[in-house]
Amino acid sequence: MKENKRFFPTLAGIALLLIFVILLENISAAVPGLPDVFQPTSPLFTVLKKAAVYSLVAVSMNLLNGFTGLFSLGQAGFMLLGAYTYAILTVPAAQKDQVYYLFGGCAFEFSFVDMFGMVFGNSGVGGAVSMVLGCLLAIILAGVVAGFFAFLIGFPVLRLKSDYLAIATLGFAEILRAIFQWQKLGPITNGANMIKGFPTFSSFNITGPSGNVILRLSTFIPFFITTVCIVLIVLLINSSYGRAFKSIRDDEVAAEAMGIGLFRHKTLSFVISSFFAGVGGALFAMYVANAQAKAFTSTMTYEILLIVVIGGIGSVSGSVIATFLYVACSEWWLRFLDSEMYFGSFKIPLLRNGFRMVVFSVVIMVIVLFFSNGIMGNREIDLLKPFGKKNKKKEGHTH
Amino acid sequence: MENNEEKIALHLENVTMQFGGVVSVNNLSLDVPEHKIIALIGPNGAGKTTAFNCITGVYQPTNGLIEFMGEPMVRSHPVGKAEKGYKGQNADKYANEPILAPTPDRITALGIARTFQNIRLWSSMTVFENVLIAKHMRAKQNVFSAIFRGNLAEEKRMREETMALLCEQGLDTYKNEIATSLPYGLQRRLEIARALATEPKLLLLDEPAAGMNPQETLELAEFVQEIREKYNLTIFLIEHHMDLVMNISDYIYVIDFGSEIAEGEPEAVQSNQKVIEAYLGVSEESA
Repeated sequence: MKENKRFFPTLAGIALLLIFVILLENISAAVPGLPDVFQPTSPLFTVLKKAAVYSLVAVSMNLLNGFTGLFSLGQAGFMLLGAYTYAILTVPAAQKDQVYYLFGGCAFEFSFVDMFGMVFGNSGVGGAVSMVLGCLLAIILAGVVAGFFAFLIGFPVLRLKSDYLAIATLGFAEILRAIFQWQKLGPITNGANMIKGFPTFSSFNITGPSGNVILRLSTFIPFFITTVCIVLIVLLINSSYGRAFKSIRDDEVAAEAMGIGLFRHKTLSFVISSFFAGVGGALFAMYVANAQAKAFTSTMTYEILLIVVIGGIGSVSGSVIATFLYVACSEWWLRFLDSEMYFGSFKIPLLRNGFRMVVFSVVIMVIVLFFSNGIMGNREIDLLKPFGKKNKKKEGHTH
Repeated sequence: MENNEEKIALHLENVTMQFGGVVSVNNLSLDVPEHKIIALIGPNGAGKTTAFNCITGVYQPTNGLIEFMGEPMVRSHPVGKAEKGYKGQNADKYANEPILAPTPDRITALGIARTFQNIRLWSSMTVFENVLIAKHMRAKQNVFSAIFRGNLAEEKRMREETMALLCEQGLDTYKNEIATSLPYGLQRRLEIARALATEPKLLLLDEPAAGMNPQETLELAEFVQEIREKYNLTIFLIEHHMDLVMNISDYIYVIDFGSEIAEGEPEAVQSNQKVIEAYLGVSEESA
């Protein structure tokens, strides 16, 4: 089969990309005198980290909206579940009293990092191993919790169609956000306060005995996890189940008549999408170094929906490209619009705080009005095409 | 049609479908014996497609029983609001039996496949994929084996069978074309190929010759008989083209306003006064 031939080149491409990311974030330490962009504090790395996290969520949303044709707006809610699950399970027991001081400590005197710490030790290499394992397990569990809630909510909600489904899932996400801020749940969720103190991306940097960083991995980690997840999603999309999802999107009645159980397949897609949204939520918590229900607003869902639309509904590579462009614009390239600027004594009009969002909105309107297929439509980038292999099947692993 | 040697593939008994106050299918009873080609005809709006939708699970009939291969498949009686406003007959007959209302995919899994009056191919997908997806239902796999490619043998088998089916239907040259870009006749043929991919015992064709020219219709008639032999199918079809119906069917049921008005061999039906009236209207003199 064609896919077998493509497997190793694709894998090699992904490995190269990840190595490139490691090199990129460590180059400033190895080669002195590089421009500021390559310094670890530069916006470049903020953008890369955030975009890596967002691209996972965008692809998971695309699986649902673009490939299964379920217009769901619950992504922020599932991210919230993932973020909290990760945070609660990885804050070290020693820090819990401090984090939950308003509620007299956490209800869970338990942390995966400590759990593995009992096996591998809490310091040195053993400490690193237990942190990595603990975080990994917590991230997977973050996905599982989100997926489980999707399964529960799917029973009533997936019987709805199009906009009704969107409203129901949006409502679900908003309810979750309110519940997680409820003071009575304080011992678990820390009420409206943020949960802090869990391992973040920079915890994965390898440090020397004196605390100096030997090898930076803080950008590599989100890239790595996102890449693994997106590869899984692409494998799913190109499998028999992925084709079944697409048939539901194209024509539900025909799909059902050809023996594809609508409810079963929709639930499957919803649960898988939410699983990865949960993982994305955990990564987001690591990125911002705190978990706070306030952050997971519907605005966040819209942002991701926008990315999916810009990238092209039904294109994984489109979603990834759009995420990087979107995040780079909003966090970096268009930042200058927010500050006043002078040409000599001439003050450039309009540039002031908030103008960035105006430009952004206009750009988005133009895209939606005139390029409604987005960057990629429903095509995929074929990374192997330039190497002369003629591949008719679409498959894309970008970044 | 009472012949004890024949096995009945599909049996409808008192099937009634009522939408609000409108009775679309009224007390319809019919038998489709195995390995026969049976036609359901009637003027526009007679309830033919509704009857099909009841059989394939798109609608749950208001009342009645549908048996497939001797097993009850769909059974219903009016309940709640429908009970008060029920205009049909035999409501008590099934009232004590539990309601059976499987979803269309379960009915397809039992071995009933269908085509649609207004072609419903998956428009973003190629000819090959359209048939391949129909193989999904019978594939031995689960979502994990599919993601981690533990189903490679199964996937290979599905692809090979799909290719064989396409070759056989003469669609192999179009396999990478988008399904809806094919000419009309080929789209119909593809829809039948897709239905065959679900490995049915009974094939329901909803106006397979709609929009076809006489030449295409002729080819279709041969084609339908061919696949019946080849796949050992029972065929139940709705049709408007009288030529086609008279040509290929073994037995014909005629309905009008949801009720059966005639049944019989093609010749008998053709000369039946009621059928002629239903199709051509009643003339002033004879009325």
